[in-house]
Amino acid sequence: MSKPKPKIRKESVAMPKQDPKERSKNFDEVALGYTEEQVVSEAERCLQCREFPCVKGCPVEVDIPAFVSLIRERKFAEAIRKIKEKNSLPAICGRVCPQEEQCQANCTMGKVGDPVSVGRLERFVADLERERGYELPQKPVSTGKKVAIVGAGPAGLTAAADLAKLGHEAVVFEALHKQGGVLFYGIPEFRLPKKIVEAEAEYVEKLGVTIKTNAMIGKLHTLKELLEQFDAVFVGTGAGLPSFMRIPGENLCGVYSANEFLIRVNLMKAYAFPEYDTPIYVGDEVAVIGGGNVAMDAARCALRLGAKEVKIVYRRSREEMPARAEEKENAEEEGIVFEFLTNPKRFVGNDRGWVKAMECIRMRLGEPDDSGRRRPVPIEGSEFVMDVDTVIVAIGRSPNPIIQQTTEGLEVTKWGTIVVDENGKTSIEGVYAGGDIVTGEATVISAMGAGKKAARAIHEYLMKG
Amino acid sequence: MYKIVTKRELVSHINLFEFSAKEIAAKSKSGQFVILRVDEKGERIPLTIAGTDVEKGTITVVCHEVGKTTKQLGSLNEGDCIPDLLGPLGKPVEIGKFGTVLCIGGGVMVAPLHFQAKALHEAGNMVIGVMGARTEKQLIFEDEMREVCDKLYVSTDDGTKGYKGLSFLKDLFKERKIDRVVAVGPIVMMKAVSELTRPYGISTIVNLIPTMVDGMGMCGACRVTVGGKTMFACVDGPDFDGHQVDFEELMARLKMYTPQEKLAFVFYEKGEKKL
Repeated sequence: MSKPKPKIRKESVAMPKQDPKERSKNFDEVALGYTEEQVVSEAERCLQCREFPCVKGCPVEVDIPAFVSLIRERKFAEAIRKIKEKNSLPAICGRVCPQEEQCQANCTMGKVGDPVSVGRLERFVADLERERGYELPQKPVSTGKKVAIVGAGPAGLTAAADLAKLGHEAVVFEALHKQGGVLFYGIPEFRLPKKIVEAEAEYVEKLGVTIKTNAMIGKLHTLKELLEQFDAVFVGTGAGLPSFMRIPGENLCGVYSANEFLIRVNLMKAYAFPEYDTPIYVGDEVAVIGGGNVAMDAARCALRLGAKEVKIVYRRSREEMPARAEEKENAEEEGIVFEFLTNPKRFVGNDRGWVKAMECIRMRLGEPDDSGRRRPVPIEGSEFVMDVDTVIVAIGRSPNPIIQQTTEGLEVTKWGTIVVDENGKTSIEGVYAGGDIVTGEATVISAMGAGKKAARAIHEYLMKG
Repeated sequence: MYKIVTKRELVSHINLFEFSAKEIAAKSKSGQFVILRVDEKGERIPLTIAGTDVEKGTITVVCHEVGKTTKQLGSLNEGDCIPDLLGPLGKPVEIGKFGTVLCIGGGVMVAPLHFQAKALHEAGNMVIGVMGARTEKQLIFEDEMREVCDKLYVSTDDGTKGYKGLSFLKDLFKERKIDRVVAVGPIVMMKAVSELTRPYGISTIVNLIPTMVDGMGMCGACRVTVGGKTMFACVDGPDFDGHQVDFEELMARLKMYTPQEKLAFVFYEKGEKKL
């Protein structure tokens, strides 16, 4: 008897996750990943429409309908090969890309139900390949050209991988002791396990890329010195400079920048102290200031490190919060409390110089500002005191300034970002830039897109001359 | 990997290390520091550069065993390697022809002070050195300091050698014109020196190494209030005007992890790793 053709389900296959009660006590990955049956079932929801709105939404141009179709046929090795034609970091992208704003935003299936979960499909085949062993593309013919890449974050690794695949010698200079940039120091283990970052960075190395850690350009070598040894340079130094509120008491003990908090937890593995040397302090009552993904990450780390109560203090309302819906939901499930329309005015310390309270003021929403979001306005006389013993300031990061400060002739905006043309070319011949150092703090995938575009432009530049 | 090419015990628990790091040596200037890790699970600690040998391709640091990481570093020997060494970090200290410069340092920091004193001496300044330690047995780099100082005073907290404490400096400031003071040492010492020079209006530069993680401006752990403004010692410093520094805040912040540091040390001594 032939099976009737199943009707396409409107709902996507739910992602299996660790139970919120359990996971709020450990640093293991929250999302567990699809099984083979789940991945095929989700892939079958793809309508294989002709407009490819998904591909148009992908900053690194992955041929999404093709790889989804291969998953339907259970041709997983072919599916990951298809993805890797364009994307060298698929297990990372499958986890941290905001797919809802990109490939999935205009999915045809999304008009009648849930869009196809492209990221979850990508993650499945990427994980499978990593477990089975990486397949390497055919070694390209060497061009004899050398490119230096500054920063081993998403932009730098993507540019390096693409350049290596085109036959150029790519050398990445990374200031930290680990490759991955924000993928390593910024995003927590439970969202992006570090063994995955390590594995995908190693894959990039297997493509022929050299990654030199502990090499801070601007200090160890200047950009101009790199230009003497290399035919071109790509700058992908990111946005790693923490912003503070500039209110009284901000330097009290127990007040962290989100960057410091996350660097200690993610890069230095302070959650495993004293097995790992780096300590961290988390009290009983933690306030995280800010409403972005970094604030969610910091809050969820604090909870896992034993805080009794973690509050996210945000000056606007839920609707204006820039964090991904998925991250807000995960945080709430785990018991993070949201204090909307609230802003700190000052931090109060005890006699030993430790923060013990935070004076806050309630806000209301006024007229829209430059960002299009309604501007928060303080409500006079609404001040109140919140007891806290740890504060994490997660109100944004600005571009790392060292390259700009140490490179004469490099055109920079008043925000400290590097000025580039549409191909990522800077004001200095042979120097390209991309990622957060150009746009200001943005997403992993937009940085990867910029790395890809710059690699293409660098290739053209190198081959014409 | 970065190899230890020389290790010399200067006094008990204070070791001098020369690391093979050609590229860092070529760029390092006095006042700057490096960040190192002793092993793959190690913390990143800042150490002020105490000298370089560009031809040999080495940098020198001197380290006092005061906690887990410094003790672990002290257990390494010539030929051993550490996984990570990053630098040079921070801005070099300003070296110019100032006239008479008083270079004052305490404890293990006399070694990096010597690197500054040497540069100031070579720049044509009259260099008066003041070096100290808690007690005579803890004094390091006396011969080296004598070589680069036109005059050298020795001081100990307990009076076992030279002057007892730093109050003799007041007489010195009354006796002769001093154009600049450079202080490199424990926070309490730099604070005391800044207070002593304040009434005389002598420009006083202190070298601050607060708690750091990345050492490149990303975490802000090293923030310090200078003249009412928050600065990052790692990228805005490490040298600041001692008369403007909020030392009280700095001292409180330096104690932030004292309980954890003690715990880590106990675990290290016992050879245990987990709680």
